[in-house]
Amino acid sequence: MAKEFSYLNMKREYSYIGKSLKRTDILDKVTGRGKFAADLKFSNMLYGKLIRSTEAHARIIKIDTSEAEKLPGVRAIITAKDVPSIKYGLSPARYDENIFCIDKVRYYGDKIGAICAVDEETLYKALKLIKVEYEVLPAVFTPAEAAKPDAPQIFEEYPGNINTEIHLEFGDVEKAKQEAYYIRTDRLQGQRTLHGFIEPHCSIAYWEGKRVTIHSAHQSAHYLQHHIARIFDMKEGDVRVVLPYIGGGFGGKVDISGLDIAAVALSKITGQPVKMFYDLEEVWYNGRARHGMDMKYTTGVTKEGKILFVENETILDGGAYTGLGVASAYYAGALLTVLYDFDNYRFDAYRYVTNLPPCGAQRGHGQPHPRYAFESHLDHIAEDLGMDPIEIRLINARKANTVTPNGYEVKSYYLKEANEMARDASGWKDKKGKLPVGRGIGVGNGGFVTGAGYCMYRTDLPHSVAMIKIYDDGTHAIVYTNAVDIGQGSDTVLTQMAAQAMGYPYEDITICTRDTDLSTLDFGAYASRQTLMAGWAVKRAGEDVKRKILAQAAEMLKVKEDGGYRFGKLTPEELDCEEGIVFVKQEPAVNITFAEVARAYFVKHGVLIGRGYYHPGKLGGTHKGAAVGTSPAYSSATQVAEVEVDMETGLTKVVGTWDVHDSGFVVNPQLLHGQVHGAFSMGIGETIWEKVVFDEKGKVLNGNFAEYRLPTALDMPYVESLVLDTFEPNGPWGVKEVGEGATTPTLGCVANAVYDAIGVRISELPLTPEKIWRALKEKEAKEKGGK
Amino acid sequence: MAEFVVGEDGIKRYLVSITVNGIKYTKVVKANSLLVNFLREDLNLTGTKRACEQGDCGACTVLLDGKPVNSCMVLTVSVDGREVTTVEGLASNDKLDILQEKFIEHSAPQCGFCAPGILMSAKALLMKNPNPTEYEVREAIAGNLCRCTGYVHYVEAILDAAAASQERKDGKNG
Repeated sequence: MAKEFSYLNMKREYSYIGKSLKRTDILDKVTGRGKFAADLKFSNMLYGKLIRSTEAHARIIKIDTSEAEKLPGVRAIITAKDVPSIKYGLSPARYDENIFCIDKVRYYGDKIGAICAVDEETLYKALKLIKVEYEVLPAVFTPAEAAKPDAPQIFEEYPGNINTEIHLEFGDVEKAKQEAYYIRTDRLQGQRTLHGFIEPHCSIAYWEGKRVTIHSAHQSAHYLQHHIARIFDMKEGDVRVVLPYIGGGFGGKVDISGLDIAAVALSKITGQPVKMFYDLEEVWYNGRARHGMDMKYTTGVTKEGKILFVENETILDGGAYTGLGVASAYYAGALLTVLYDFDNYRFDAYRYVTNLPPCGAQRGHGQPHPRYAFESHLDHIAEDLGMDPIEIRLINARKANTVTPNGYEVKSYYLKEANEMARDASGWKDKKGKLPVGRGIGVGNGGFVTGAGYCMYRTDLPHSVAMIKIYDDGTHAIVYTNAVDIGQGSDTVLTQMAAQAMGYPYEDITICTRDTDLSTLDFGAYASRQTLMAGWAVKRAGEDVKRKILAQAAEMLKVKEDGGYRFGKLTPEELDCEEGIVFVKQEPAVNITFAEVARAYFVKHGVLIGRGYYHPGKLGGTHKGAAVGTSPAYSSATQVAEVEVDMETGLTKVVGTWDVHDSGFVVNPQLLHGQVHGAFSMGIGETIWEKVVFDEKGKVLNGNFAEYRLPTALDMPYVESLVLDTFEPNGPWGVKEVGEGATTPTLGCVANAVYDAIGVRISELPLTPEKIWRALKEKEAKEKGGK
Repeated sequence: MAEFVVGEDGIKRYLVSITVNGIKYTKVVKANSLLVNFLREDLNLTGTKRACEQGDCGACTVLLDGKPVNSCMVLTVSVDGREVTTVEGLASNDKLDILQEKFIEHSAPQCGFCAPGILMSAKALLMKNPNPTEYEVREAIAGNLCRCTGYVHYVEAILDAAAASQERKDGKNG
């Protein structure tokens, strides 16, 4: 057997990567200069809004727009009859959404039409004049209601309201059951949450001849372009997508929103630019956020705590349409096998459609709830066996250079080391079991794919291409890539990578992104893919430039004739370029500036361009659904949280958090830590407060930031973000993801800390003061009764 | 109260005079005009963001006579004769405010949508309390929601800005 290769502690030094260089967009963001979609104005621009359903499930009998049309300033009102009847979505097998509802509405807030007017005030007045007559149908609001034999059918194509059904088995679960020393079952529920970005969606479209331009708050220029072209039967080349700065996404700006489609349709009809926008409550109706999940885990272990098998049954509340929901359902089960090393695994899942806003992807896509459930379950198993929670994780953590039972190839993977580091940093040994009542410490593990192995639709396109152009006189470089910076800092990271690959100063590079006309294909910001995938494309483009520079320099440089290291003509292989200086490796005193060489190249050949390309190729996994979860690389992470619970009121305060990330080589540590801080903030909110609540008609009850509570600066605890020095062979310079993986352990570690503090498991998120208070009262009553 | 006229449409319009970032603007605004829209639409100062429109998120925070307010909750008419500072008014002649410098150094914003509001809340704090504790910083920006950052780098940057301006002041005095 070959000696196992370790990707740990390969510390390397570079000029431009591995350093917290200044963000490329930072000046725009601290001066208010940076333009977000809603900040854009075009002359003669109209303002538009969607017309939304006020019933959860109903046939549309009549839409009366006559009064609204009479209002001065109203320019156009459109409904299903005015737009193509084509269905769209994100998962090709489940394109189930119409531009506007054709016969019936499927949730309160569903899209019935769109309207545009000369200003916002007229627009809101006109909306109130539109009358929709419905024949109300019975509605279902939970998977349990949807699953009843006599439940109303929401879609013809989903009998029994089952949108996605998954049955997978790897290894032999029944046999493992016979061998298990101890078997335990736990059932836990995760709630429906919201991304919680502050910038509501906004989309502006205008036509020039046969071409349409869309400026949208969106996470992927490519998918928006692809789907708009498909929906309107246009050539992709006739659709230009330009993305301004994006005010956060977290998965909520991946779907093609009704705004994008309506802006294109309305601007075509009116011949004027149309700005479509959501007010904040509509963001809740747009949905596409985390599914509510009901998760049952049965796990068998040996006496020593080694996992022999896991059975996982998950039910997802999908809401009205699919969007990315098929992937969410597969993700709910796909990555447990990456985290822990066991052979026998059964995963059954049902995603039901209900008459609520559709669910989709939210940071950690499909993962945070299952991680919460399994990490809670694993803590109970450890407790039952008399083991320390971290001990059972160390025994079961997957190792590098292994293959999961569902066929995913894992190269670098240092979850065990992450657990050890988090244990030591958090003072675990001095705290676990030793804290006073009301104070607790908990651990959670997680991780994520570094990019999805496949495009969302079937295609042979590369996942990312990049181009670098050097200015005529060599004094500046432009990096082209349509990787989308939604705040995570991809523009900065990719510029650092370009600088490193070319050996060219970071401060002399500008990145040109988020424009399908001006820049080059990348699938965009989702599945934590850009640092690795766009990173490869940019690295290769930079190396292409460098190759041309070195070849040109070889013709220009001459070694000293007296006492030089050798005589004769230089070859490019003898040269290198760093920080804008091309030099002879064996005799660095012989050098020339990159700019001089670039200018000479331009005079001789014309524009100096480097090109880069990335396709992950065929990846592991052959079962149905293997495309969800297979990836070139997997991150892993351990988080520890310490909480204080007020035993009188049930209020939880998180007082300390520690994250150790196995993220591969870190291009920009400051940005990585920022991702971890934000992940804790979102995860803490989701564990303690956040839940989307509806009334009995399916109307959102807390569609605002007063009643849907995001953590504030006063809620955030001490955060320590630590990094393992690892190297991923499938990533450029060894990189892996951090953005989504960091969200996946948080819910579990905070929930485990609350359990440690109060001694009762609350099996449903969020862990509100009311639930904790009730659980404590019940525990007290039980203890009294037992005496 | 400012003078008003009633147009053909029956809507009251007021003549207001408002100083924004040191420049006095005299404009006619509708009675229902909100300060956030006045800044963004009438003056094209889009650095001030509009998001929740009900005073929850703080993205539209500006200084009104030196005090932080949610500009989505302020009628433009009520600001007649007063002074407003927006994020565009923080830097003078391209010289950044110390808070902006420290936001850059600490890489405080991520998506940056909440950054102008946080800058203005922090500015108001430091004007009133040049040497705040960490708790006071957190309290001052607790009305500014951010989903990206967990506020960690923001809090560090504001504390650092306070320390740096104290040092500069001490240096000058000494």
